[in-house]
Amino acid sequence: MGGVPAEVWTWLTTGSNWSGPSGAWHRLAEHVYVSGVSLLLACAIALPVALWLGHIGRGGALAVNISNAGRAVPVFAVLALFMLTPLRSAGYLPTVIALVLFAIPPLLTNAYTGMREVDRSVVEAARGMGMSGGQIFARVELPLAYPLLMTGLRSAAVQVVATATIASMVGQGGLGRIITAGFNTYDTPQVVAGALLAAGLALLVEAVLIAADRLFSPLRRTAAARTAAP
Amino acid sequence: MTGERAASGCLVANDWICGEYLRSRSGELTDATVQHVWITVASVLIGLAVALPLALLVRARPRFAGPVLGLTTLLYTIPSLAMFSLLLPVFGLSAALVVTGLVLYSLTILVRNILAGLQAVPEEVREAARGMGYGPFRLLVEVELPLALPALMAGLRIATVSTVALTTVGALVGKGGLGNLIDDGVQTTFKAQVLTASVLCVLLAAVADLLLLGAQRLLTPWSRARAAEAKS
Repeated sequence: MGGVPAEVWTWLTTGSNWSGPSGAWHRLAEHVYVSGVSLLLACAIALPVALWLGHIGRGGALAVNISNAGRAVPVFAVLALFMLTPLRSAGYLPTVIALVLFAIPPLLTNAYTGMREVDRSVVEAARGMGMSGGQIFARVELPLAYPLLMTGLRSAAVQVVATATIASMVGQGGLGRIITAGFNTYDTPQVVAGALLAAGLALLVEAVLIAADRLFSPLRRTAAARTAAP
Repeated sequence: MTGERAASGCLVANDWICGEYLRSRSGELTDATVQHVWITVASVLIGLAVALPLALLVRARPRFAGPVLGLTTLLYTIPSLAMFSLLLPVFGLSAALVVTGLVLYSLTILVRNILAGLQAVPEEVREAARGMGYGPFRLLVEVELPLALPALMAGLRIATVSTVALTTVGALVGKGGLGNLIDDGVQTTFKAQVLTASVLCVLLAAVADLLLLGAQRLLTPWSRARAAEAKS
């Protein structure tokens, strides 16, 4: 056991492990590409639906049930099923579809809940001021729903990056491949090194999104102004 | 006779749905399901046993809230494949590895929910119990935990359902219950095996969720009485 950390370090600092089509750089690029595409697609599908349902105030049960069902379905099983269909030969497509399916529930539920939890009296006040439905949506509901929406985006992003590693168990690319390749050759240092890279990427994504959340929050300036005021 | 030939034909034809598969491999399916269930149950129970003291610690000493909640959330971020791999040098290829990984994942949900449940107990209820001479332990066991039960059970249900799903990834080290069958099925492109094991896995999650819901109703008879009262 004592030798493993040193061997892991050796693996990580050996240049040949990073280069080539099965090297760490290529796997990292695959991982980021597949995760990014999946997250964008999931946002494009889930956010308009969730925000619209939240705006008109319908479909709450749907949002909650989709989220619960998402937890019960094993990612590995879904990917495995895709790999036995003609999608197998469609490159990254099986992984992307599976990741989109698993990113939709947190996005949908959080965006919907965020919209619904906006104080109704604030919306009524805005309407009383003569704001149209579109103005209420863009200038009242959306900024107030923003924190929960970002929470959903964060859990979706982390889930996508984490889940993309499982793609390697069915022979697809990404950082997980370093882990599974290490397993097949009984190379524990490589397994641990791959795991560290995958975990590191997931944590990095989480940290970047937390920072982005703080920077771009629409209520940040108001909140800062309020604390600054005597 | 002809029916039997047609049935075994579905194994040869590699159909998605195959009754002959269910019949001829029922032993294998049962073994995998049993392994799946015990890995899930052990993980959730150990998770609960770890989460409860952690939640109590955070409540008693709020300055531990940041580190405990932060650390459990951090663990949740680590990909399951990576988590199992990182534990590999410690546990080797064993069920303990899978269970440990799953326990670490369940902590995020359990600690948060138990804490939320305990914090929702009204202060006057606590005061009343103290006034009746309840000590801290009796207060916890007889008043606070029962009142926190709905939140605790909600967390337990989420943790259990996601643990059932995550157990499949244990196939990486050969201890994934139904995940092992899915893994074998992908390697050999055996459609009926992959579909059957996947469906069983989802069913297992649904059954576990319903059982816990039933247990919650049995354990909190007062909430039903209150609901009936509110209705009438």
